[in-house]
Amino acid sequence: MNALLQPARLRAALPVLSLLIVVLPMFYLQPQTFSYFGINTLISLAVTIVLATMAQMCVITVNDLDLSIGSFVSFVACVGASVLQQSTVLGIAVLVGCVLVYCVIGMLIEWRNLPSIVVTLGMSFVWLGLALLLMPTPGGSTPEWLQQLVQWHMPVIPLPLVAAVVIAVATHFFLMRSAWGTLLRGAGGNGRALARAGWSLLWARGLMYALAGVFGVLSGLTLVGFTTSADANIALRYTMISIAAVILGGGEFVGGRISPCGAVIGALTLTLAASLLSFLEISPTWQIGAQGVILIIVLSLRAVIGRTRA
Amino acid sequence: MSPFLAVRTTLSKPWLWSYAGALMVWLITIGGVRGQGAGGIVAAALAFSVFLVLVGLGQMLVITSGPGNIDLSVPSTITLAGVVSMQLMGGASQMIVAGALAAVAVGIVVGTFNYGLIRLLRIPPIIATMSSSFLIQSMAISYNEGARAAPPSTLVAFANGRLMGVPYTAIGVVALAVALGYVTTRTVYGRSLSAIGQNAGAARLAGVRVERTRYFTYAVCAVLAALTGYLLAAFSGGATLDMGDDYMLSSIAVTVIGGTAVAGGRASVPGIWGAALFLFLMVAMLNALGVGAGLRLVITGVLIIGIIIFASKPKN
Repeated sequence: MNALLQPARLRAALPVLSLLIVVLPMFYLQPQTFSYFGINTLISLAVTIVLATMAQMCVITVNDLDLSIGSFVSFVACVGASVLQQSTVLGIAVLVGCVLVYCVIGMLIEWRNLPSIVVTLGMSFVWLGLALLLMPTPGGSTPEWLQQLVQWHMPVIPLPLVAAVVIAVATHFFLMRSAWGTLLRGAGGNGRALARAGWSLLWARGLMYALAGVFGVLSGLTLVGFTTSADANIALRYTMISIAAVILGGGEFVGGRISPCGAVIGALTLTLAASLLSFLEISPTWQIGAQGVILIIVLSLRAVIGRTRA
Repeated sequence: MSPFLAVRTTLSKPWLWSYAGALMVWLITIGGVRGQGAGGIVAAALAFSVFLVLVGLGQMLVITSGPGNIDLSVPSTITLAGVVSMQLMGGASQMIVAGALAAVAVGIVVGTFNYGLIRLLRIPPIIATMSSSFLIQSMAISYNEGARAAPPSTLVAFANGRLMGVPYTAIGVVALAVALGYVTTRTVYGRSLSAIGQNAGAARLAGVRVERTRYFTYAVCAVLAALTGYLLAAFSGGATLDMGDDYMLSSIAVTVIGGTAVAGGRASVPGIWGAALFLFLMVAMLNALGVGAGLRLVITGVLIIGIIIFASKPKN
């Protein structure tokens, strides 16, 4: 059989193919999108979803699921548009505190052997409540430096594109290539073996959750850098999209099987699909539905490929 | 069974705590308002909890069918069923039964689709139900275009009607819960569900019809969500596109607070009612104490985490 058609390679190529299927018709239909400003506009908001997806992936690596990431990103956005504007030091302290809370949640889940879905469900109420306390009505304003940083027009290549590639490559090298990354994935793959080898699962899970918290903070700050104001519900839909993007990119719920590059591509595919629909003049009604259809098609193809291997 | 033992076995039931919590919260509330309208609060709690109980019972069955089983399509199913049945009835009272049947049909289609995805694509139920919820959501939006239909007046009267202060819907859903309690503990289906939830492989080897039981579970969950959409739309004067949104997290929350095992294999039907009443009364109490929406959510979240920690054991 042709080396290119091996199931494992086909599987790995699926996220790339699905992105191309979404992007190529877009460039064909609207050639002017294939330009600096076109790409900048198309994927600027996708970067926040890419970051939220990375956060979700960190949690999925240790066989857990984070149902609170959407409300967490919303909370960070509210902090960015209120506390951070008033006092940079206090704002940063709050955000560092958030990462610590994430770390503690991870350790708590490991220590008491809790179902992550229920704990993060509870946390989603907590973050949403805190966001409402901070910002009962939509509004606020983002610090000037954050806006300029996020909306900076980098020469030659659009910043969001660079950001997406850097996030994918950096996470890939840390989680897939480094010794630390292998250990952390091992906590999801075979926790008992890792513990027998003398590593602390408590710290492994705590670290992965802390990393998720860092990505969540980055996502919220990027988001509020673009929107310049926030409200408590601003990113609630990210919970679902981030799970979908991780799975679309080839990640699995169990066994520490993840793919950082795939997840980034998955997040881009899901967000760009909405743009493609508007170029095709299909009613925005079907934008969410299209994301569901993409998921189902890719997963069906994966199931078919999986069966030929077996 | 000696009376002493009977008391002890009753006390060891996990659902008891949700009722104790509900009672405590209710006492604090009527203390706060100096006993005025104590009965009214209970009637309101019954009327509003009905929807959460209906959805929660379905979610409970799905969660009981084993680790990783959760139905995330519940909110969109509520919305689609609400929109479809309201549009079909178009405010005409002679269409009430047709509307209810349409809602049930929506539920059966959704449940079958969910199960089909799980079975055919061999994907985790969370992903399957999430994918289908995206589709259902879009269908609801496209179906809702045009004029918003008001529910038939007879149906509105029924949804808000009371028999000696107790809402009709609450009587119906209590009866349903009793029936479901019998089904989960005394019938082949209920026993099969528990067996699958505890160990699907062992259940299959023991001759349990795993796939049939699982399909039935997802179908029942979707039908209950659809009926919730139908009743909720009638209760609140029409279907809206965000009417189901609150029910994704809260349906899981009532299941957990009610004492159903999150890892599967042990359902707790009475706990769903207790937890739904508890959540409603807690919101009422915090309202009476002048606590805002934000703090209320924080307290709810901390409670959920507290309950799951309380029920857990440390890993050895």
